Amino acid sequence: MSDNKKHILGRLRSNRLHAAAAPEVYAKSLDWDQERRIAEFTERMQAVRGEVHRLKADQWPDWVKQELPKRELRQVLIGHGPVADTFAAAATDDIALKRYERPIEDWKDTLFDEIDVALTGTLGGLAESGSLVLWPDANEPRLMSLIPPVHIALLRADRLFDNFARLIASENWASRMPTNALLISGPSKTADIEQTLAYGIHGPKTLITLIIE
Amino acid sequence: MPMPQQIYFFATCLVDLMYPRAGLAGMQLIRRAGVEVIYPDNQTCCGQPAFNSGYRDEALAVARAQLGCFARDIPVVVPSGSCAGMIKKHWPELFAGQADESEAVAVAERTFELTEFLVDVLRLELEDLGQPTKIAIHTSCSARREMGVADRIESLVAQLANVEVLTQDRKAECCGFGGTFAVKQGDVSGAMVKDKTDALRATDAAKVISQDCGCLMNIGGAFEKQGDGLGTQHIAEFLWERTNA
Amino acid sequence: MSEAHTQTREFHERIDAALHNDQLRQNFRSALTGIMARRAEQFPDDVQLQALREQARMVRANALVKQPQLLEQLEAKLTENGIQVHWAENPEQANQIIYDILHAADAKTVVKGKSMVSEETELNHYLEKRGLTVIESDLGEYIIQLAKEPPSHIVAPAIHKNRREVAGLFKTFHPEIPYTEDIDTLTQSTREILRTRFAHADAGISGVNFAVAETGTLCLVENEGNGRLSTTAPRVHIAITGIEKVVEKLSDVPPLLEILTKSATGQPITTYFNMISRPRQPGELDGPEAVHLVLLDNGRSRIRVDHELLDTLRCIRCGACINHCPVYVQLGGHAYGTVYPGPIGLALEPQRIGIDKVGTLTSACTMCGACGEVCPVKIPLPKLINRLRAEAVNGERSAAPISGRGSLRKSGEAGAWKVWQWLYRHPGLYRLFKLAATRLRFLTPPSLGAWTRYRSAPRPAARSLHELARREGFRHE
Repeated sequence: MSDNKKHILGRLRSNRLHAAAAPEVYAKSLDWDQERRIAEFTERMQAVRGEVHRLKADQWPDWVKQELPKRELRQVLIGHGPVADTFAAAATDDIALKRYERPIEDWKDTLFDEIDVALTGTLGGLAESGSLVLWPDANEPRLMSLIPPVHIALLRADRLFDNFARLIASENWASRMPTNALLISGPSKTADIEQTLAYGIHGPKTLITLIIE
Repeated sequence: MPMPQQIYFFATCLVDLMYPRAGLAGMQLIRRAGVEVIYPDNQTCCGQPAFNSGYRDEALAVARAQLGCFARDIPVVVPSGSCAGMIKKHWPELFAGQADESEAVAVAERTFELTEFLVDVLRLELEDLGQPTKIAIHTSCSARREMGVADRIESLVAQLANVEVLTQDRKAECCGFGGTFAVKQGDVSGAMVKDKTDALRATDAAKVISQDCGCLMNIGGAFEKQGDGLGTQHIAEFLWERTNA
Repeated sequence: MSEAHTQTREFHERIDAALHNDQLRQNFRSALTGIMARRAEQFPDDVQLQALREQARMVRANALVKQPQLLEQLEAKLTENGIQVHWAENPEQANQIIYDILHAADAKTVVKGKSMVSEETELNHYLEKRGLTVIESDLGEYIIQLAKEPPSHIVAPAIHKNRREVAGLFKTFHPEIPYTEDIDTLTQSTREILRTRFAHADAGISGVNFAVAETGTLCLVENEGNGRLSTTAPRVHIAITGIEKVVEKLSDVPPLLEILTKSATGQPITTYFNMISRPRQPGELDGPEAVHLVLLDNGRSRIRVDHELLDTLRCIRCGACINHCPVYVQLGGHAYGTVYPGPIGLALEPQRIGIDKVGTLTSACTMCGACGEVCPVKIPLPKLINRLRAEAVNGERSAAPISGRGSLRKSGEAGAWKVWQWLYRHPGLYRLFKLAATRLRFLTPPSLGAWTRYRSAPRPAARSLHELARREGFRHE
């Protein structure tokens, strides 16, 4: 099949196009302060039925503990790392904690069928589009934010960026892309029937962002 | 641009033969504003019908035959968005690489759609002498998108104190004329003009005004066929009737 | 010649069927009216919109100029990241490559995310014929897979179906579920049906929205999560994309993403933006063990040779041109009979497939310009369609890289334009013609084919403007 490559590139090279002007850096300068970023993020997220709550760093485990029974969420999936450990330390017996610690192949059915809610951290957030930024890894794998019907995500207020372009530039993503990077901007949704929005088609039906200050 | 002493009037084939009163009204409006209007005898067509059908050689030959009619450096005013668009936007590409390219480009550069000329150059002021009436405006797609002058017809009509303008649903949607499209895709065109006439009728307007006779022929013909009393009129004729004492 | 006639006849048959399907037209009218309004809401400031369009145009134009280098860089970077790259010149090769990968991985069931390129190659059909089970996982794609229909829109594949029609399909194929026309309930049912499939599929296939050469990253835009599932849950992920989807830098992505989602569905951003740069790494607990990218040419490198037609390749498949097309709204997507309908279909398909096969599509355009006005990457669609019309009737002297040039030229029509040209080039003759037309206007035929099916016959005026202007004392020269 290396012939295919040769032929395709050969045809492309047979026609040298004039160099176009180099793209300008996409610099929509917003320069919002943190309060504005929180407000913009919240408005955007709520517009697509994402829940947003502002909590102090020492409040959130209690908030989650109180909220789970109210929503009849028992099986809680956590990963490893500070978010998981903090919550595990605070969790009481009525909460069934499940750690994501084995390869997915070993417990696919449990993940798909039994977990009620996943709790994860985030890398940050984007104010302009109302997005959570995740770099899933061995500690908090990719499917945590996708399979359970409810996803609770912690977002540090000081990790809110104006927008995606800002984040990519200021954190130098181009030199260090992870296996998977995600922007999550609300619960899973579809409008494939009559352009009518319906939530929770494949991913979480409920997305709860806890902004930690 | 300063007020010109003279202009050329490019009637377009459709206005010349089917809607001469619209053309005449346009010429009268300009003359009344103190500008001499010249009607070149040998003008025929901008070439658009052939150009849009893919027959570029034929379009070029006919467009070329117009160049001599508009040789002097004075504005060319066209009472049609699509013909003005043809000259202004497509003549330069049609003549590209030809010996007379620069002549064609020069004509294109001083070509104006009529409402554009009335508003931007003549800064026409109008006094409404007509009875109270309600109208709907249908702006042609070429005036709207190719020429970018959709607001000129609106601002002219806004000067008329006794005219109420009603807005149709989906006002930016094509009426389905499209020149030879109406023949090649007759049934699609028919479905489109049905939707357009329905939207216009729903406004409760007494008359539909446009700056393009192609749209008027399409919309007006459909009204007639549907047995509807709704009339259509070119903007120039409408303005002249309401402001000529 | 006969092929040209056949395509025209068949196109008109499909148009006729569409125009007589009131339900279909109502479904399109109501869906598209909503989409257009939502897109407009995303761009309240025209100055900002135009700046963003120019930015997106430049990103795409730059990527096309540097395309050969960028493709090589992309391959090198992806390979370094552990993603295997395959090159396919045509659909057959792409399908074969994908089948071979699946076969080698002993994969029996495949979940698919939305991919228009896989529609180009008719991949599902190819794999199913070889015994694989392929499940479309996007809700719209799933609906039309049940209905055994192709997509009627590149972004909203089941846009032609209303809730009753969807409910009917579910009743037929999933009798175990109580009948409902409630959209939320239908959506929940689909979640349940497809979840087990996701859990047990051996492989996932997806498209790609942007492939970043700088970092070796495949970007996928979606709302449902099925794309993430298809690319994360199974042990093998195969992405297929056209070679034009490559962009140079990671920083090119934000403007394209923003204008894509706003233009396509009127959303500031989609729910998920999924950037894949590697297969599962040691220690990671999920994600596919193997990731493949299939780069498909299928005529694209040929299109790039023409300096005007090249603009077609800037397309980011948002569907805005389709949503705003006044012809598409009357017909829906199936009437076009091609993978890509609407204005982008008119521009792309005759180039990709040949004017002799689908050139007659270009007649389905009034040149209203709505498509070009909304295109996020400023593709001059009406200009391209006009150019293809010229190639269709007069292609023999052109060097355009399109098959079937000149194949739609009909001697009668060509002769008529010759006569027209001759008449309009000779002012004296033209004046005689006008004299006859005005004086004999009572002879105007009352029936003019399609025109008078919907309108009264136009009639020349009693006197031409030429005559009236003279009479009114206007200067003539």
